[in-house]
Amino acid sequence: MAEINKSTPHRTRIEISDGALIPERDERALFSSWRISFFGAIALLVILPLISPDPYRRIITFIPDGILMTFIVTTLSIFFALIVGLFTGLGRISRIKIINRIATVYVEVVRGIPLLVQLFYIYYAMGRIVQVPRLVAAVTAMTFCYGAYLGEIFRAGIQSIPKGQMEAALAIGMSRGQAMSRIILPQTIRVVLPPVGNEFIALLKDSSLVSILAVADLLRRGREFASKTFYYFETYTVVALVYLVITLFFSKLVSIMEERLNRREQQ
Amino acid sequence: MSSNRPRVTIIDACKNFGKIEAVKNANITVEKGEVVLVIGPSGSGKSTLLRCVNRLEKLTSGEIWIDGDCLTAHHADIRRIREEVGMVFQSFNLFPHLTALGNVTIGPRIVKKTPQGIAEKEGRALLDRVGLGDKYGSYPDQLSGGQQQRVAIARALAMNPKVMLFDEPTSALDPEMIKEVLDVMLALAEEGMTMLVVSHEMGFAKAAAHKVVFMDNGEVIETAPPEVLFHNPQSERTQKFLDHIL
Repeated sequence: MAEINKSTPHRTRIEISDGALIPERDERALFSSWRISFFGAIALLVILPLISPDPYRRIITFIPDGILMTFIVTTLSIFFALIVGLFTGLGRISRIKIINRIATVYVEVVRGIPLLVQLFYIYYAMGRIVQVPRLVAAVTAMTFCYGAYLGEIFRAGIQSIPKGQMEAALAIGMSRGQAMSRIILPQTIRVVLPPVGNEFIALLKDSSLVSILAVADLLRRGREFASKTFYYFETYTVVALVYLVITLFFSKLVSIMEERLNRREQQ
Repeated sequence: MSSNRPRVTIIDACKNFGKIEAVKNANITVEKGEVVLVIGPSGSGKSTLLRCVNRLEKLTSGEIWIDGDCLTAHHADIRRIREEVGMVFQSFNLFPHLTALGNVTIGPRIVKKTPQGIAEKEGRALLDRVGLGDKYGSYPDQLSGGQQQRVAIARALAMNPKVMLFDEPTSALDPEMIKEVLDVMLALAEEGMTMLVVSHEMGFAKAAAHKVVFMDNGEVIETAPPEVLFHNPQSERTQKFLDHIL
């Protein structure tokens, strides 16, 4: 899913094929698609409760707990997934055969199973041994899944660093480990930051799946409200708009970050 | 003690890549303080042989000795031997996330555990020596090719090597920058640095080389002092090659 595009010898960029979420840098028009979507969604979230307080105001006061839970699941998952992903990426390029094989099999397995199935599976598999809180099962499953995706991004990032960097580090007497941590990885971080940001947004959206385990995230809170009041259409309108505002906000953040990195590189 | 031993001894070196024999039975000796230049057509195995001398490539058979340490022995401490062999690459390979001073000090700091203050003091002295006293804080992409290559030379010197390897150090440079790099190399040679250089810079060869090795097709064809090899080559293949480049 991650692919390296070597446009110029010294600046490599990883592009993710699933969607153009991160706004292009030159899309600066007043009515850019990002602005229309973002401010349009905010406007609706403000106007709807004003013109029809019942049910919209009730919905909006009911779901903030869910937003918080969505953030908790997302933040914890991305944190652990980054750690798992780093080791997976290193494992995928390891010269030690057994480590390499374990990492590769892990990635293959995760990619081949739908996230929703993984969620169920991990929740009930863990439940056989010890009853864990639903949140723990949810974060474990998200970490397990996204660790593999991030592993592929780290692998691609590490491999995008020219071979001469490792050789130059070895030539001054560094061990492979020292060369990796001091020379290769610091350069990798710049390359992987945009795709990692993209994965963060994807994870945020996928976190809605944890509602199936009755974790009280944004979607789950919406469902609770709707099933009590039968305002299905109105509730899911608000839920969708809130997701949209959050993901658009983060995609803008990622694009600004990417632009800053590029600018620093050009100086 | 060890002062009379050759700094580099290459004995019957062979290197195969699959079925391709890149280096065949090469023998080269570099004495202490000697400058040895390796020339030959592209694909003749000279860069491969040089990369074997600090074990970036592993010999298929044969031996390489660095000042009494056998690099090709089974239990060789490759990292310690590499510390004693400085390497300068055709494409510089500077670390782009570090400043010029950072590039020069990272080896001593990480490998030799030199305290930062001392490493920086020595690093600044080295950058002064290669004529970059005003570029301590510059990142590689802010430097010209010639400046980058001089930083790369300083980076290799920072490990205080017993021998310096140069792999076509001027081939990637614009003509007007070649001289500044060669001047640094000439100064090193005059100070008595032991050097093994893959290059076609005839001016440098005549000014600094004690020996010139001609390689073709993976084999060492001829080894002689520059004035002999350039003007009175013994082998027909050497003559043919020289006709092409002179």
